[in-house]
Amino acid sequence: MTRRDFVKGNEALALGALKSGLNAYFAYPITPSSEIPETLAQQFKSPEYPDFKVFLQSSSELEAINMVMGAAATGAKAMTATSGPGFSLKQEGLSYAASMEIPFLVADINRGGPGLGNLGPEQSDYFQATKGGGHGGYRNIVLAPNSVQEMATFPGLGFSLAFKYRNPAIILADAFLGQLKEDTAFPAITKEKFDTPWATTGARGETRHVLVSLHLDFDDQSRHVEHLLKKYEEMAREEQRAELYLTDDADVVMVAFGIVSRLCKQAVNTLRAKGVRAGMLRPITLSPFPSRFVSELASKGVKRFVVVELNTGQMVTDVRLALEDGGRTESLNRWGGILPSSGEIVAQVEMASA
Amino acid sequence: MMPGQEESANEYEVRLGKLSALTSKPTHYCSGCEHGILTKLIANAIDELEIREKSVVIDSVGCSVFAHEYINVDAIQAPHGRAPAVMAGIKRVRPDLVVFAVQGDGDAVAIGLQELIYAASRNEPITIFLVNNAIYGMTGGQMAPTTPEGMVTTTTPEGRDTAYTGTVIDASKMLAGMDGPSYVKRVFLPVAPLRTRDLYSAAGPLEGARSVVNAFKVQLAGGFSFVEFVSTCSINWKMSVLDSKKYAAEVLSKIYPPGLYKDKLGIERK
Repeated sequence: MTRRDFVKGNEALALGALKSGLNAYFAYPITPSSEIPETLAQQFKSPEYPDFKVFLQSSSELEAINMVMGAAATGAKAMTATSGPGFSLKQEGLSYAASMEIPFLVADINRGGPGLGNLGPEQSDYFQATKGGGHGGYRNIVLAPNSVQEMATFPGLGFSLAFKYRNPAIILADAFLGQLKEDTAFPAITKEKFDTPWATTGARGETRHVLVSLHLDFDDQSRHVEHLLKKYEEMAREEQRAELYLTDDADVVMVAFGIVSRLCKQAVNTLRAKGVRAGMLRPITLSPFPSRFVSELASKGVKRFVVVELNTGQMVTDVRLALEDGGRTESLNRWGGILPSSGEIVAQVEMASA
Repeated sequence: MMPGQEESANEYEVRLGKLSALTSKPTHYCSGCEHGILTKLIANAIDELEIREKSVVIDSVGCSVFAHEYINVDAIQAPHGRAPAVMAGIKRVRPDLVVFAVQGDGDAVAIGLQELIYAASRNEPITIFLVNNAIYGMTGGQMAPTTPEGMVTTTTPEGRDTAYTGTVIDASKMLAGMDGPSYVKRVFLPVAPLRTRDLYSAAGPLEGARSVVNAFKVQLAGGFSFVEFVSTCSINWKMSVLDSKKYAAEVLSKIYPPGLYKDKLGIERK
């Protein structure tokens, strides 16, 4: 049963999380995301959401993310939300959760930065969210809604992807989307339950569930990183999502995510009216980045890409990688404490230059 | 063995022989370290209370980071100092589970003090075993918030000057001063050298064994339990094992006096 409502993006995100079966929310207030915990506090113990068992305000962003990690380790659908300065403090928890493969959801309602910045909309947490903002090499799943409607539906998508890949998922929105009010359709509460045989809910006989991120042996650590890498590669193969607007015959394509994509859509229409064959590519998954969409457009004859972002140029690096790599760049990588030999480096360069 | 303790010591010896909550893996702890003793006491209590299949241990960062290798229950590793928050998360969604962590003084009293205080203030039904050996053990002997005045560490080579680096933080006293927590206790854990040569008192480990059981009972009754174990670190104190036991008995136990600091549920009387 679908219900419509005229709500703020932050309220839609909170209600959308409840519709996707949220079990536990751990809160720390920060503008411009605070309507998310406030909305959930109002719905806590509502008979409409019997699975919403825990709403707890923590003493810090660190405490909140670690509470999320503990709750999620038992297989619960757990989340928190924050904005830039708080998102920085989440990075420690995200790194550990990525390594231990504990799935949960974090929303970052991006404000101006760096430092305290201001309360206006920016997309300057793009690098932090998509490149794995904590220590060690890992990737988050990052989703970018561009409407209040998607603020309502992306928590469900986020939980599905997080549990499918046993990986933290981020919803990266901005202050504009958080505060914007739009007519929104809410889905019925999902009955979807995820299989969590790894959850730490007590040993069964000698079968234990052990979630650790420490692998002191170099070979063990190396195998663990390789396992994570294979997962990220699978995510990149299977989960790239993007919206294409009038790109079939386009000479020039704007690339924009979030609120900016709606301005770009208008710009496409204006340009088309002027006879310019313009189009738009909107990444929906920022991580994995929809590189395939970019390179396909390039091979279809798009001459120029214009990347529009609310930052000093972050996503543009991913667009350039997708476009200009063209086999000119190769990489040689080792991990887990192991170094390549100089012979391996020489062989790689010889192969590349042959 | 002190007079009058032989009987109870034997009783525990029997149980230690067949602990389902203990793996067969030899521990990595240094000789003379109390972590090994505490590991056995925890396994002993889990078996005694028959809670193995609903227990989750949180590996904290420090010498206790391999707790799951020895304690045969479900496990999660927490970031440095965050074990109380991870435990709160588990316990809030699964109140039927028993969750506990072994934390060092660096983990719980320095980088994780906020998580500790707030878990205590909410009286989260979780159990924390604090091994206070007055130094950072795993990282090689740096000053901890618990390091006493004058102790030489790798970051206080001239001895700790508390006027410059701050005075020691007494976690048990601090938590006992709060309204929240149900159970706060400090135990002197080392086997203590007696005046008679070559004889040692096992009073500490025995008191420890009872305290661990009581701490779990408090959690099962819905309260926050915290037991601090005054311990040694002979390697990083750069002392012989025997000298470290003497130092703990003569110096540390005066700064950190053992005792029952808080027992709101009256568990010790039951």
